[in-house]
Amino acid sequence: MDRRLVSHFDWVLLLFSLALAGVGVMTIYSANYNVVTGHAGILPVRQTMWLGLGFIAMMAAISFDYHYIDRIAFPFFGIMLVLLIIVDLVGHSGGGSQRWINLGFFRLQPSEPAKIAIVFVMAKYFQQDEPPKGYYLRDLWIPALLVGPLVFLTLIQPDLGTAIILGIVFVSMVLMGGLRLRSFSYLVLAGLAVLPLGWRFLRPYQQNRVLTFLDPDRDPLGAGYHVIQSKIAIGSGQIFGKGFLHGTQNRLDFLPAQHTDFIFAVFSEEWGFLGCVALLLLYFAFIAYCLRIVQRAKDRFGALLVFGMTAIIFWHVVINIAMVCGVLPVVGVPLPMVSYGGSALASMMFAIGIIMNVSMRRYVF
Amino acid sequence: MDSLTEINRQDGAPELRARARWLYVILALAITVLVARLVLLQVVEGERYGFLSEHNRVRIKRMPGTRGMIYDRGGHLLVDSRPSFELLFVPEDSDEPENTLRSLARYLERDEKELLDIFEENKKRQAFDEIVLGRDVDWNTVVAVEAHQLDLPGVTVRVRPRRNYETGPTAAHLLGYMGEVNQRQLKVMKDDGYSVGDEIGQFGLERRWEAVLRGQSGGQQFEVDALGRRVRVLSEVPDVPGQTVHLTIDRDLQEAAYEALKGKHGTIVAIDVNNGAILAMASAPTFDPNVFARGIKNDEWKALITDRLRPLANRAIQGQYPPGSTFKVIMAIATLEEGAMHPEAYIHDPGYYFFGNRQFRDWLKGGHGAVNLHRAVVESCDTYFYQAGQRLGVDKIAKWSRAFGLGEKSGAALDDEKGGLIPDTEWKRKRYKQPWLPGETLSVAIGQGYVTATPLQLANMMAAVANGGTLYRPRIVSKVSSVDGTKVQEYPPEKIRTIEIKPETLRRVQNALADVVTNARGTGGAARSPLIQVAGKTGTAQVIEMKGAYLKSEQLSYFSRDHAWFVSYGPVQNPQIAVTVLVEHGGHGGEAAAPLAKKVFEKFAELQKQPQDRRQVAGAGTQRAN
Repeated sequence: MDRRLVSHFDWVLLLFSLALAGVGVMTIYSANYNVVTGHAGILPVRQTMWLGLGFIAMMAAISFDYHYIDRIAFPFFGIMLVLLIIVDLVGHSGGGSQRWINLGFFRLQPSEPAKIAIVFVMAKYFQQDEPPKGYYLRDLWIPALLVGPLVFLTLIQPDLGTAIILGIVFVSMVLMGGLRLRSFSYLVLAGLAVLPLGWRFLRPYQQNRVLTFLDPDRDPLGAGYHVIQSKIAIGSGQIFGKGFLHGTQNRLDFLPAQHTDFIFAVFSEEWGFLGCVALLLLYFAFIAYCLRIVQRAKDRFGALLVFGMTAIIFWHVVINIAMVCGVLPVVGVPLPMVSYGGSALASMMFAIGIIMNVSMRRYVF
Repeated sequence: MDSLTEINRQDGAPELRARARWLYVILALAITVLVARLVLLQVVEGERYGFLSEHNRVRIKRMPGTRGMIYDRGGHLLVDSRPSFELLFVPEDSDEPENTLRSLARYLERDEKELLDIFEENKKRQAFDEIVLGRDVDWNTVVAVEAHQLDLPGVTVRVRPRRNYETGPTAAHLLGYMGEVNQRQLKVMKDDGYSVGDEIGQFGLERRWEAVLRGQSGGQQFEVDALGRRVRVLSEVPDVPGQTVHLTIDRDLQEAAYEALKGKHGTIVAIDVNNGAILAMASAPTFDPNVFARGIKNDEWKALITDRLRPLANRAIQGQYPPGSTFKVIMAIATLEEGAMHPEAYIHDPGYYFFGNRQFRDWLKGGHGAVNLHRAVVESCDTYFYQAGQRLGVDKIAKWSRAFGLGEKSGAALDDEKGGLIPDTEWKRKRYKQPWLPGETLSVAIGQGYVTATPLQLANMMAAVANGGTLYRPRIVSKVSSVDGTKVQEYPPEKIRTIEIKPETLRRVQNALADVVTNARGTGGAARSPLIQVAGKTGTAQVIEMKGAYLKSEQLSYFSRDHAWFVSYGPVQNPQIAVTVLVEHGGHGGEAAAPLAKKVFEKFAELQKQPQDRRQVAGAGTQRAN
């Protein structure tokens, strides 16, 4: 291995990841802490195990020259597509939707690595020098044909949150790749036209969540109830928070999925406004740092890869926190590095590994 | 370092670099929106939310929809739900939970230790989960708790619908039972709105028709004060009651079948021969589903599942037994249809049949003498069917068996139905990787060897023989209606297939089956009744598998005794009902099973005499009972 790679290892990114993962394990511990028994059960332990697995994924992601991705992008994408088809056909059913493939020791959720696959193929496609005034809409046929089925397969699982992330990452990559202004406005119009179609793919409970968001009184016991409770948890944290393991709302079982998608509510209750702002700053410093790597990347391909991975992290953070705070409808999107979940954590760390990869090799010719 | 970045800028991606500058703006915008939201929630409204979380807790109480009722074909109520009271305790609502329980024990005049024990057992639950101190408590308890509420922080009484099985153990296997939803079910059905502590159909029709019977939960969102008392209701969603299920079962016939099986282990199935409607299905030993409704105790449950006699098994659909001589009904049809024997051809039966160098014995020592097909069926002559089977070959036997629905699940809408087994050369090659031995065909010909069937399958087979060759899918639910009586869904008769048989064949077999009961030499004389003319076939199935090595001698003798069968239909001239009886380890079919069938037939005949007023009851049945 080139010595310069070792000396250029991006410690800052590693520290960001570990800090966020630390917040995650701590909050999962708190979310599952039982006052009576004084134990938090197996989940924080498992999350730590996933963290170890994620670290391996991260190391794997930096172990090769990222230009190699140009060659594996399509095969990797193909595998994800097949895995998603398998999931829809025979996947392990949990919570009324099919999202997992049971590997015995581990239930793989292919929609997580699928996000990375999209970034790969989009970076591959847009790495060619863009036309002076940007791409035409007709230039988007190929990427759209690639990404479309992926989004569709995720949507019918149904996993609305991931489908939205996939779509929004696609659009982000297109914009970053360079699109003519007029083509962009067409795209927006087309998106609006497709919206009612997408609506029909949603399960009734998902439609209910969106409707409830628009009109919170619609379902105060079901979907609306969760947001109300989540808001009470966050709000009651006030400025300084109730302190670690001292949240009450979380303990009352009021919070739905408190260790996965709603983990931010648990955190907010215990750490208050100051803790939340600190966590947000941590995320945004992390993302800003990644954007700097985009700017300093040696070539267009590397810059697009880093941008794509950064977009994944950014949209997760924004959508998750907005949803938990009641600014957006409740769709299942985890908080990167913090929410409980093996596939999500490992994929996220792999994505950060790719960013590291590009960062490390910006001096290499 | 600087020189390197300089070089970097030369190639790189200038357009992207320019765009990335905009990204910082977007980033800043996003963080501003989110922080603004947090300021609103945590700083501006923080105190209000803090108050909501600390002082007045918002709680949610779900109210499961009233479960649908189950009626028999005549509109008699079989299952409904009645309200019952549960005594609950939330220790977190009390400063001194132990003291509260002591006070409670005093007011209720209950044993203090018992309540404290329940509390102790539930120590590991989630905080704020309710502990159930008593199910189905009486009215005095309710009054006492309400009256002393101030002294009993955290103690509440909740109304809960409880399942009530009018027929008790009579139709337990059919109706099934309810139980608390388990972890696995919760995982799968979370989006259907089940939560911990909910009741769900766990067996029988209760399970199969769960989605229809269940209804939708409603609930209340309300505030509670420091004592756990409700302060005010914030919102309410009414529950939706479940739908009513109407069965094809006749309550009285079911009762008769159940009574006939008293003291025995086995099953009785009765089917309407002209449409496949199941009129009765009893299995013994049985259990009382009401025990499950009140919350089955651990030792009761253990006793049920470890019982060697398997009281939870529905023998009618789950029991796979060798059909024994009842299989000769199929054999007779196959023999005639395939021309294996001339119907009037006689063979000589000395009491055994030599095949290869092996002697196959007839059940009658000394033999039946000269026997044609008719006599072979009437007297259940083994030797005749050894020869017929030899001429047919196992594959033709299998073909005719399958035509009558043997060897496959009937597809009645009942859970855990078994398919039985009809062997042929193909099957043996696949299963054992060995060729079929001609001697094995002889065992099959008298319903032994590899052949197994469920009592429901044999009942359905007899129904097809009786109605001229139409195999219906056995049906248990005739319709589903909503609570106000409007029909939601109807389940009409469904033909599986029409079996191609010459009328001549059917006539001969039907005559022989009638003679089984009426002829002096027939084996089924015990089913003869002055009220209804019955046709049938007896069977005595050898229990080949004897796993009882560790049993005491008197038990061993019981478990190795033969199963007794009687498959039948009636009335002979105008067949309406097919009845199959199986008595496990009962001995001879003619002695042990036929008399039981007779009881069911006689009940049927008796019920037939009063059709008019029964129909009136049926009309009333669609009204809600309470």
